[in-house]
Amino acid sequence: MGVTKEKVEASLTSKMNPSHLEVIDTSGGCGASFVVEIVSEQFEGKRLLERHRMVNSALADEMKEIHALSIKKALTPAQWDQQKESNNTPSAS
Amino acid sequence: SLRCFSALTPELKTTLDKVVTSHKVVLFMKGTKEFPQCGFSNTVVQILKSLNVPFETLNILENELLRQALKDYSNWPTFPQLYIDGEFFGGCDITVGKLPL
Repeated sequence: MGVTKEKVEASLTSKMNPSHLEVIDTSGGCGASFVVEIVSEQFEGKRLLERHRMVNSALADEMKEIHALSIKKALTPAQWDQQKESNNTPSAS
Repeated sequence: SLRCFSALTPELKTTLDKVVTSHKVVLFMKGTKEFPQCGFSNTVVQILKSLNVPFETLNILENELLRQALKDYSNWPTFPQLYIDGEFFGGCDITVGKLPL
């Protein structure tokens, strides 16, 4: 048995204090692979590689059992708001 | 057990310094560029091929010591691991996000 989605969420929440967090279990239930989207003030002033390293080390214990971790997004709150805005295309109706 | 200790001995570190600077682009991956054995490794191989840059690959599945040592050397827990100009560039997600396709 691998890691649960809840465990990944709990570790990231306590260590990264995210304003937005989405964890998707892509393993089909065995808990071996996850996709993560995370928005945190702690990413402020950090390069992408450094941000991914922060996520990896927040999950250091879980990584021993996780086969694959995909960090889809690691954004600051400002970047997240910007992205949401540009995605809000006016509806055609 | 062996796992409790860092696999990255000073000798191995010196060797890895040489390996990552031996070519402009070095990819540590699961499998080889001719036969990737993991979707993430395959993705990075396809990106590098599409860019027409020469690159060397090392199969970490064939060397467990290398695999463990690299995690410490790169401070990165998973594979593939891409090195450009002797510097760690990132894993699959960073490569997908940063290198033009």
